[in-house]
Amino acid sequence: MSTELGLTPAQTVGPYYSIGMTRPGTEFVVPADHPGAITISGRVLDVNGDPVPDATLEIWQADADGRFDHPDDPRGAVPGFSGFGRCGTDEDGRYEFRTVKPGALPDQAPHIDVLVFARGLMHWLATRIYFAEETSANAGDPVLASVDPDRRHTLIATEDLRFDIRLRGDGETVFFAL
Amino acid sequence: MGYQRDTGLVHAPHYSPEYRSSMLRAPSQPLVVLPHRLTEITGPLFGESDVRPEESDLTTQHDGEPLGERIVVHGSVRDGSGRPVPNTLLELWQANSAGRYQHQNDQHDAPLDPNFTGNGRCVTDAEGNYRFTTIRPGAYPWGNHHNAWRPAHLHFSVFGRALPQRLVTQMYFPGDPLLDYDPIYQAVREPKVRQRMISSFDLESTVPGWALAFNFDIVLAGPEASLLEEPHVD
Repeated sequence: MSTELGLTPAQTVGPYYSIGMTRPGTEFVVPADHPGAITISGRVLDVNGDPVPDATLEIWQADADGRFDHPDDPRGAVPGFSGFGRCGTDEDGRYEFRTVKPGALPDQAPHIDVLVFARGLMHWLATRIYFAEETSANAGDPVLASVDPDRRHTLIATEDLRFDIRLRGDGETVFFAL
Repeated sequence: MGYQRDTGLVHAPHYSPEYRSSMLRAPSQPLVVLPHRLTEITGPLFGESDVRPEESDLTTQHDGEPLGERIVVHGSVRDGSGRPVPNTLLELWQANSAGRYQHQNDQHDAPLDPNFTGNGRCVTDAEGNYRFTTIRPGAYPWGNHHNAWRPAHLHFSVFGRALPQRLVTQMYFPGDPLLDYDPIYQAVREPKVRQRMISSFDLESTVPGWALAFNFDIVLAGPEASLLEEPHVD
């Protein structure tokens, strides 16, 4: 028998999340000398286009072959790649991750899931980073297809792997309900 | 396979203008529903080897004892179907007993405590239970509106086993009169839902002569309803 329990509501991380959530090196998913290491960076901006200096981003992604080290992946877990990174923004709203480009997943273009936490956000915001050079894979991706074509570009990093996140207003990033 | 979704009754609306910061930062466009595929039925996993046992005691991180009321905060992490969530990482951060955070941006005119940093971590055990020892935090003013004071709270971050379970919340204390005036707490619309964030005093777990105790159970999104309805054999 299962018991139905009421879910615990989310609350903002507030301005002082770094006391509990910041640790050195968590923005490096792989070491600098890792084969295929890439750097993805960008800025988090508010409704006025001003930097958000107190956001933190978490990323979750497959390895270069499109596999996860996780028992719930029906294809089986592939150990060796954590897939997780966390990076706070600086006074200019900047973040920077070092990771590898994820491989394609069955029926999905390569992508990185991103959760954004900040003062002013009641709950995290989820978005995805896609890659500009994956033109044909992106064209067949069901998640990109579900997004208003005029806003799709907000989910695609530039060729030099810049990915800005606009929380609200002009050019607002597409956020997902999970 | 997928996880329960909030139908709008659990989490506060992102745009909650009584909480002023949300006016600058909450999205204006509706969220796009993302079906749970491989990247969402998985998520970062942690285990006992990721934390040291002493990280769950916030009162022993310095040479001296922190000031304030020593408390035990404990509870379970389960999913919406009642299943324990074992081996999941919890991160805790909070103000000191005077209501001051050990953070350069906190300008509240209350004393710092050299014996209190205010952060702890632990991993739930095989039954999904956790336990911290800490200090009861103070309330503090925050400038959101005239004479705004945050009710005393602990920040909790929990991972679960997949992204839809990821949760950052705040634990409050029973009987706090500031809860009625707090736009962050009140942003969760349903009174019976927001009350889930209020811990309960737990006399049985107090440590005689040493610490009071509060119970705070956390419930993360569980398997989708369709899965709950599937018959299964124990």
